[in-house]
Amino acid sequence: MSRNFKLRVIIASLVLGLGFIFALPSFISKDAWISKILPDKRVKLGLDLQGGINLILGVDMDKAISNALEQIGEDIKAEARKKGVIIIRPREIGNNRLSFYLLEADKARIIDDIIKRYFNSQVEVVQIQDINGIRKKYLLKLKPEYEKKLKEMTIDQVLKVIRNRIDQFGVVEPDIRKLENYRIQVQLPGIEDAQRAINIIKKTAHLEFKLVDDNVTMQDINSGKIPVDDEVLYLYRKRPDGSFIKEPIVVKREAVLTGRYITDASVAFDQFNQPYVTLSFNRQGARIFERITGENVNKRLAIILDNKVYSAPVIREKISGGRASITGRFSLNEAHDLAIVLRAGSLPAPVKILHESSVGPSLGEQSIRQGLTSMLVGAALVFIFTIIYYGIGGLIVDTLLIFNLILVIAVLAGFGATLTMPGIAGLILLIGTAVDASVLIFERIREEIRRGLGPQKAVEEGFARSTLTIVDANLTTILAAIILYQFGTGPVRGFAVTLSIGTFASMFTAIYVSKIFFALWLKRVKQGAKFNL
Amino acid sequence: MGIELIKPDTKIDFMGKRKIAASISISLILIGIVSIIVKGGVKYGIDFAGGINIQVKFKHDIKVAKIKNALKETGLKGLRIQRFGQSSLHQYLLRAPVLGEQPEILKSQVSDALKKLGVPFEIQRLEMVGPKVGSELKNKALEALFYAVLLISIYISGRFEQKWGTAAIMAIALSLGVYVLKLIHMPISILILAAILITLGLSWYLRLNYALGAVVALIHDVTITVGMFSLLNREFDLTVVAGLLTIIGYSLNDTIVIFDRIRENLRSPKKKMSFFEIINLSINQTLSRTLLTSGTTLLVVAAMLALGGGVIFNFALSLFIGIIVGTYSSIYIASSILLGIGPTPDKEPKPSAQHA
Repeated sequence: MSRNFKLRVIIASLVLGLGFIFALPSFISKDAWISKILPDKRVKLGLDLQGGINLILGVDMDKAISNALEQIGEDIKAEARKKGVIIIRPREIGNNRLSFYLLEADKARIIDDIIKRYFNSQVEVVQIQDINGIRKKYLLKLKPEYEKKLKEMTIDQVLKVIRNRIDQFGVVEPDIRKLENYRIQVQLPGIEDAQRAINIIKKTAHLEFKLVDDNVTMQDINSGKIPVDDEVLYLYRKRPDGSFIKEPIVVKREAVLTGRYITDASVAFDQFNQPYVTLSFNRQGARIFERITGENVNKRLAIILDNKVYSAPVIREKISGGRASITGRFSLNEAHDLAIVLRAGSLPAPVKILHESSVGPSLGEQSIRQGLTSMLVGAALVFIFTIIYYGIGGLIVDTLLIFNLILVIAVLAGFGATLTMPGIAGLILLIGTAVDASVLIFERIREEIRRGLGPQKAVEEGFARSTLTIVDANLTTILAAIILYQFGTGPVRGFAVTLSIGTFASMFTAIYVSKIFFALWLKRVKQGAKFNL
Repeated sequence: MGIELIKPDTKIDFMGKRKIAASISISLILIGIVSIIVKGGVKYGIDFAGGINIQVKFKHDIKVAKIKNALKETGLKGLRIQRFGQSSLHQYLLRAPVLGEQPEILKSQVSDALKKLGVPFEIQRLEMVGPKVGSELKNKALEALFYAVLLISIYISGRFEQKWGTAAIMAIALSLGVYVLKLIHMPISILILAAILITLGLSWYLRLNYALGAVVALIHDVTITVGMFSLLNREFDLTVVAGLLTIIGYSLNDTIVIFDRIRENLRSPKKKMSFFEIINLSINQTLSRTLLTSGTTLLVVAAMLALGGGVIFNFALSLFIGIIVGTYSSIYIASSILLGIGPTPDKEPKPSAQHA
């Protein structure tokens, strides 16, 4: 045995041994005693195999900008009031423009000064319009650099809030990440109730307390005669049969208190064992709540979540202590989920589901079963085919094939790659294509034998002459796999990964490892055995 | 004990039948194109077209019409229901092309409606793709095909001809052409077409004859597979694009093996043969390998097709068609083209470049 051969045996055994050690944990239970000494890495199953949901959320940036503009409008109004100047109707009027009216045109300099001094980094004036020489209408927009910053801040905040909510909901190994174009990907493996999880993620959870304007009558609402500072919201009452009645309520547009001050929210039960949600405010929130309730005894206070009125109880007395509650005929799950979203905070802008795919656990199991069945059947067919065709050589091909699969699984497990259904398809395909490298070599050896070379020489020539072709031919597959990985989404990427790992593995086994088998075989040929390929 | 499927002295006259092969190919391509035109374009799956897919598994078999009836009240527009996967699993795929105002509540709506059928069921899978994401995915997939054409053209011209300098010229020309087209905001499908045409034109102009043969064979394979998909009324989704890219790699692989052999035989001083004979000889010499590899690959793909379930059916089907067409095209199409235009003129045969 030459030194070269020994080295080859050592390297091959090392690689295959490592492959075996890394591949094994994926096949045995975590609790088996042997798992303790094996690496703690197994093939991760993709969402399509273990069940779960994959969401791509788009953040409504228009709404975020509009919210920011409304807030700036309110701030300018407040600032102006300090200086005795009156501004009315600060509103975002669409198209990401803020407008407001200055009642006394001659005070324009003060407003310009306020904008320049306090809001210079955020907004710029687009237009100032004279109305009858008395009023002025201002039109403002966000500065581009501030708009960009705002978007970044918004997406980060959304990400944080969603993470928070999912953590509290209790999902094992969620994957939440930012994508391009202000999108967020959420992957929740092994979720049973996809709908509930989606509801929790999607809820803006913008909580507001607004005073009810009971001076407005039903007729006023119907004829649209509503004071400028008021707005109509609706209270949804659940009927016993599950449908809802919509009841209009007129409230003051300006919120007296918002969810920003909430420190905690939890589920509690009333005397009828009906669940409701209790809220605790921080010190500042508690102070505001105490003042508002104290100033408005016997008036109604509407509790509004995402522009829906949940309840509008009458304030009986000043409430101190910073606690409030939301009632509304919740089921236990609804109350529990509402507490989660209130605790985790509101989304700074609404999110929209752009893409959803949810797979139930049973389909995952079914897919794995079908994948494995077709893999076994395919492998059996290939084994029979190659053994009929190459005899002992066929056994070599099949052994290499098994090595191949072990190596692919080991690499997948070792690098924490994810196996998806297309990934399994890649493995199945690999069983068919991995044979190719060996076939190229074998056919070449057969040819050399026919040309009259002895077994030793024929094997040498066969390997030498086919190696480059094998590398070349496989490179095209790897090229295709790289492109697939670059452009594919999750499951397809899994295919690209198994395909490329498998292609490398098949080159290694066919070119490097199989030489060992041939050397052993040739040794026996020297001792008189027949070389029959 | 090994057997030989192809006897060593096999001398099938492949090139003699190239006209028959050409007419078969042209008819297949035409049939596919006509089918696509008649059906008003390629039928896109939900990934590309947008919409909603709900896969439901019932306890026992149920008539499609019954399900349809039960779902009438959901008001889903354009709802289509079909059986899905192995029939023993009683799976159905409900598809709607457009999303309503609130896709989130759709699932519970569908679920409520199905409950009325009185057959135990389970919603196994739900996929919702918004129209924007759909068109983005479509663009991405086309882009992938585009880069595949680009990279492979460059690779082939370098690899087949051992002229990496020429390949570099090709790469620069391609990038320039595409850059200009991108400047004037051409849709990506035009870019793909342009890249293919530029590649063909350059291969012709630079006398990269092997590359030309290989690229024509690739176009042939992809066109026929897409056409067959249209003919079989199958949908075109992301996994099918993955299948197409795999086919491109696979078919190229076959072509490389045959072309390598042709070049090797051309260099061999012993053989005084015409180019026609050399091509025939080379195909025959590699035939055993070609059939064997395609055979094992087809075996596993057939297993996948029959047993792999609905999720990867389209993928397996694209591979199945593509492998058959790809094997045939590397024997007949790529070589016929090469025969038609002759081998790339070899200025200095390097002995080092001699391999299988």
